[in-house]
Amino acid sequence: MTRLKMTLFAIAAMLSLLFSSPLSAQEAENVEAVAAEQEGPDISGMIFGHILDSYEWHFTDIGDTKIVLYLPCIVKSETTGWHVFSSSHLYHPEGAVYEGFQIAESGSNEGKIIEVATGERPLDISITKNALALLINSLILICIFLYCARWYKGKTAQDAAPKGFVGAIESMVGWVYDDIIVANIPQNANRYAPYLLTAFFFIFLNNLIGLIPGSANITGNIAITFFLATCTFLMINLFGNKHYWLDIFNPHVPWWLKPIMIPIEILGMFTKPVALMIRLFANIMAGHTAMLALFSMIFITASMGAILNGSMTVLAVLFTIFMNALELLVAFIQAYVFTMLSAIFIGLSQPVVHESEA
Amino acid sequence: MSLLVPDSGLLFWMLIAFGAVFFVLAKFGFPMITKMLNERKGYIDESLEKARQATERLAKVESEIAQMKKEAHAEQSKLLAQAQEMRAQMIEKSKADAAVEGQKMIEAARKEIAAEKESAIRDIRRQVALLSVQISEKVLRKDLEESKEQMALIDRMLDEINDNK
Repeated sequence: MTRLKMTLFAIAAMLSLLFSSPLSAQEAENVEAVAAEQEGPDISGMIFGHILDSYEWHFTDIGDTKIVLYLPCIVKSETTGWHVFSSSHLYHPEGAVYEGFQIAESGSNEGKIIEVATGERPLDISITKNALALLINSLILICIFLYCARWYKGKTAQDAAPKGFVGAIESMVGWVYDDIIVANIPQNANRYAPYLLTAFFFIFLNNLIGLIPGSANITGNIAITFFLATCTFLMINLFGNKHYWLDIFNPHVPWWLKPIMIPIEILGMFTKPVALMIRLFANIMAGHTAMLALFSMIFITASMGAILNGSMTVLAVLFTIFMNALELLVAFIQAYVFTMLSAIFIGLSQPVVHESEA
Repeated sequence: MSLLVPDSGLLFWMLIAFGAVFFVLAKFGFPMITKMLNERKGYIDESLEKARQATERLAKVESEIAQMKKEAHAEQSKLLAQAQEMRAQMIEKSKADAAVEGQKMIEAARKEIAAEKESAIRDIRRQVALLSVQISEKVLRKDLEESKEQMALIDRMLDEINDNK
């Protein structure tokens, strides 16, 4: 019974968090539509340029000079084999076709490399902007923790606790470990601690770095959250014990409810990680969109006169500061929520059933 | 690039990046920290337990001290009471002794007085006898005048008197 309650609670929490994201994707689209109607700067293009992945890392423009980092494209065609080249060839102003590849202008593959001959996607493992940022952030994460781990060499429990940066990291690790992992998976905390801690700090760091202007929107990319949610899905289902499977295929309900409950439970297996995936993605993506859209008000109103533009500039800056502060909070909350719910689901998949109850 | 379709290329890099992060941190990062946290927690718990035991022991010792004080106090008051009693007894006894002694002294004095009186009376009696003898002599001298024997008697008597002196 308590298990059922916990499941219901977890799902309720999940849904409420899903719908309480700062701005939904729909609103982002509204902003885009409004922007498209205006004459002048291509706000929608700017926003999606920031949110979506690309083969170049476009920081800014100074006058007519593009400050851009062209990234390596690594593609394998069915017919012509492996190709490695700089994306600068594809963004060339005249003739964007290189070695039989180009970036699709429209269609379902818009913005991605396609083969000119067939129009199909090749096998594409290009180091895109997100991929490069991901690798850099992962390196930063590894450096942070190896630096912290070095402090512990030759220290014993009798030594004073670390101070400063190592102390801050230690207290965060301690908090995640005690309040999220042990609290939800008391029976098997140490087995899942490495994954959940990695997930927490990975999401948190990428959320924070994503807030730096000019950086990539990693956790607001569905591929990243899809991967993380898949990891959680595997953790839940690969190590679920027999009581977990019994709850799915033979729930404690009257017999006539079973035809309804069993499909719901099976569906639930998949909705949990999907909700994790969508929540993280939507929150971060929407947050970035909202910030960019608010900031774009300055440029939208540029042609509407000095008074309107001036007042909107003040307003836009204030709003953007507010959104930035909010996104700092969201960066932490989403890392917390993802880890927390993963821990809850993993904990629920291994219920400890006492002999008296069984 | 579509917003809602996971890109396979990025998934590939994510697999590598997250895999590397997970591998390194799970092997060299988090275990160090969580192990130390657990050890420190154990150490703190142990220290707290020790402190609790020490406090308990201290409380025990304190209660023992209090008990001992109480006992000492009881002993002291007992001793005081005994001393009081003893003093009272001694006073009582010395009073009794003094009374007895006094009685004795009075008795002795009385005896002495009695003896003194006896001897005084005896003295007086002897004086009276002497006086009566002298008186008798004077009476006799008148009768025994001029005779030798009388003289002899007188001498003898004088000697006697002298001897008696």
